[in-house]
Amino acid sequence: MDPRALTAGQMIDGFRLVEPMQAGGMANFWRVTREDIDLPMVMKVPLLRLGEDPITIIGYEVEQMILPRLTGPHAPRFVAAGDFEMPYIVMEFVAGPSVKSLLDKTPLPPDEVAAIGARIAFALHDIHHQHVIHLDLKPSNVILRDDDAVLIDFGLSRHDQLPDLIQEEAGGPVGTGAYVAPEQVLGDRSDARSDLFALGVILYFLATGDRPFGEPQRADNWRQRLWRDPVPPRSRNAAIPPWLQEIILRCLEVDPDARYATAAQLAFDLQHPDQVALTGRSARQHRDGIFTVLWRRLRARREPLLRRREALTTHLATAPIVVAAIDLEPGHEALRHALALAVRRVLITEPNARLACVNILKIARLALDEMEDAQGRNPHLSRLIELKHWARQIPIAPDRITYHVLESTDPAGQLIDYARHNRVDHIIIGARASSALRRYLGSVSARVVAEAPCTVTVVRTQVDGASAGAEQNADAQVG
Amino acid sequence: MWIGIFTDIHANREALEASLDHARRAGISRFIFMGDYVGYGADPAFAVDVIMSEVERGAIALAGNHDAAIAVGTANMNPVAADSIDWTRPHLSLTHREFLARLPLTFEENGRLFVHASAHTPARWEYVTSTESASRSFMATRAQTTFCGHVHVPGLYHLSPTGKLAGFQPVQAVEIPLLAPRRWLAVIGSVGQPRDFNPAACYGALNIERNVLVYTRVPYDNETAARKVRDAGLPAILSHRLIEGA
Repeated sequence: MDPRALTAGQMIDGFRLVEPMQAGGMANFWRVTREDIDLPMVMKVPLLRLGEDPITIIGYEVEQMILPRLTGPHAPRFVAAGDFEMPYIVMEFVAGPSVKSLLDKTPLPPDEVAAIGARIAFALHDIHHQHVIHLDLKPSNVILRDDDAVLIDFGLSRHDQLPDLIQEEAGGPVGTGAYVAPEQVLGDRSDARSDLFALGVILYFLATGDRPFGEPQRADNWRQRLWRDPVPPRSRNAAIPPWLQEIILRCLEVDPDARYATAAQLAFDLQHPDQVALTGRSARQHRDGIFTVLWRRLRARREPLLRRREALTTHLATAPIVVAAIDLEPGHEALRHALALAVRRVLITEPNARLACVNILKIARLALDEMEDAQGRNPHLSRLIELKHWARQIPIAPDRITYHVLESTDPAGQLIDYARHNRVDHIIIGARASSALRRYLGSVSARVVAEAPCTVTVVRTQVDGASAGAEQNADAQVG
Repeated sequence: MWIGIFTDIHANREALEASLDHARRAGISRFIFMGDYVGYGADPAFAVDVIMSEVERGAIALAGNHDAAIAVGTANMNPVAADSIDWTRPHLSLTHREFLARLPLTFEENGRLFVHASAHTPARWEYVTSTESASRSFMATRAQTTFCGHVHVPGLYHLSPTGKLAGFQPVQAVEIPLLAPRRWLAVIGSVGQPRDFNPAACYGALNIERNVLVYTRVPYDNETAARKVRDAGLPAILSHRLIEGA
C-alpha cells in the first residue's frame, strides 16, 4: 500500500484514519481512533519506497524496537505496529506545544529557558535510565505537556542493550546538523552525554535566538564544531546571566567528560541558579582566537574523542546526586562526624557524584517568617555557614557540592519531596538515638527510609547506639 | 508461548538440571535441543536419558558433532574432544547410541530454522564466529531466523532489509525483538560448557507470538561438575573450563 494514498475514514487493522497531520520528511502522520482504545492516538506511516534513504526504513525498525520498551511520562505510549506489508506505528498523541513553536519568541527570558531546559533534562534522565540515548534531540522532537517534556521520534535512537541498527546501516554520522554532538560526528553513538550537547544547543537557541553552530546540512561541515567554539551567549544577548552561560557552554563542551555527567546533574544546576559554580566559561566574551582554533583543529585530526565507554546505566551509577541530610542541632557532633565519613566513602567509589548538603529548618506551622533568631542572627545564613564548615571534611571539587537550607513544618516530607524533585539517587542521613519522645513523634530517618524514591543510608554512631539501649532500659523501668 | 532452546549440554548433569529447572520456573513448556548432549562432561548417560524422555514428551532434539562422533568416529576432532568421545562411548548403552545416531541435523518451523552448527551444510559443523561465517549461513537458508549453537559463546547476527550484516553481543536477560523485515542468526551459548568467561549455563528463551529472544544465564554447581570430570580421568582442561567459563 502506498502510504501517500491513504484517505480519511480508511480502516487499517481496526484503526480508523481521522485526519492527516503534518507530513514529515520520513513519514506521514494520521490522527487515528480505535473503538476499544480510549487514548488520543497518532499513526506514523514511514515512507518506505524504493530509492528512499535506507535510514528511513531502519529508523522505522529502531522505533519499533525502542518505543514499546519505554515507560513513563517522557515518551509517547506505544500502541501497535504493523507488519512489513503495511508498516506503521500507532502511539499516543502527545498534546502540547513543541519547543519548536517557541523559537519565534526567542530570545526567551533566562528563567524560562532554565525551566524548559530542566524539564527536557528530566525527560532525558528518565530515558537514559531506561537504556536509551535519543541522539536526535531538537526542538521539533520535544513536546511540552503539563509539567513534563515528552520526547518523540526515536528513529535514530540507541538502546544500549540491543543491536544498534543505525550504526550498522549508516556509513557516516547520522543526526540533525544543528544539534549533533562532536562524538556523534566521529561516529560514536554510545554516549548519553551526546543528548546533553543537543540540549545545550537548544538552550543556546532559546536564550539567544541563534543556533550556536548554524544549520550545516552536509555531514562534512559538522566536523567544524570539533575545533570552532560558539559565540558566547552573553555577547549575543546581554540579558543572559553568567550562570546560564556557564551551563550552556558546559553542555557544549567538545569533550563529553567536560560536560555534565548526567542529565539529572544538569537539571540540578538549571533548578538552582544561585548554586552554579562559575568558571571561565561564564565570563567568556569572545570566541577563541585563530591560533587556539587552528591548534585544536590539528589536534582533532590526531586525537579522536573516541574511547571505550561503560554501559549506559553503569555510567549513570557512577554519577549520582547524593544528598547529605545534616542535623545541625548541638550535641550531635559524633553523628555529624560519622555522617561525613559515610559521605566520603560514597564519594570515593563514585567519583562523578554531586553532593548536596541539606539542612532542614523546622518551623512552627503558624509562625510568620522569622528572619532573625533571639540573638538577631539570620538563621538561614548561620546554618549555611555551619553546613559549609561541616563540608570541609569532604574532599570534593567546589563545582560538585552545593548547600541548601530548607524550611518546613515537616522535615521528613520536605526531604522526600526534595529527593523526588531533584532526581536524587542516594540520601545519607543520620539517625539520632531513640528516645521515648522520638518514638512518639516518629523518627525522620525512618520515614525517609520508608518513603524516599531512592537509596537511603542511615548513619548511626556506636556511642549513640549504646546509649539508646540504656535509654530503653530506663524507659522499661519507668513503665 | 515460550520455547527453551538448549544446546551444547556436553554431559554436564548439574548444568542441565539447573537449566531445565530454571526454564520450567520461567514458564517454558516446550524445548528444542540443538545437539552435543555428550562429550567433555562426566554424565553422558544421564544427559541422553533426559533428552530421550523430553523427546517422548514432545521436545525436538537435533544432532551435534559430538553426538555424531559416537557412531562415525573422531576423525575431524581435536585430541581432547576425541579422547572424551572415546571415554564416553562405553558409558552409553546401545539404546543411547541408537538414539544419537538417528537424530536429524535440522528442524524448521514457521520461518525458524534450528541447527547445531550452521545452516551452511550442517553436517560439516562450521562455526559461526564472524560476519563471514554468519553470511554463509544466511545465504544457505530462507528462514527469517536461524538458531544455532556449537560455538559456546552467545552471539547475534542480523541482516538488514538493505543487505547490511552485523554482529551483536547479546546482553543477558534482555528481551531482544527479532523484527520481521530483518533476518537473524542467533548463536545460543552453551548449557554445559560456556566459553565466554562466564561459567553460568546459557540457554535461549524464545517467545513465539511476540518473536522476542532472551539469552538466559543460570548459575549452577559447576564445582561439582568440574570435580566429576576430574574424578572420571578426563583431560584436566575440561574440568578447568567449567570453573573459568572459558
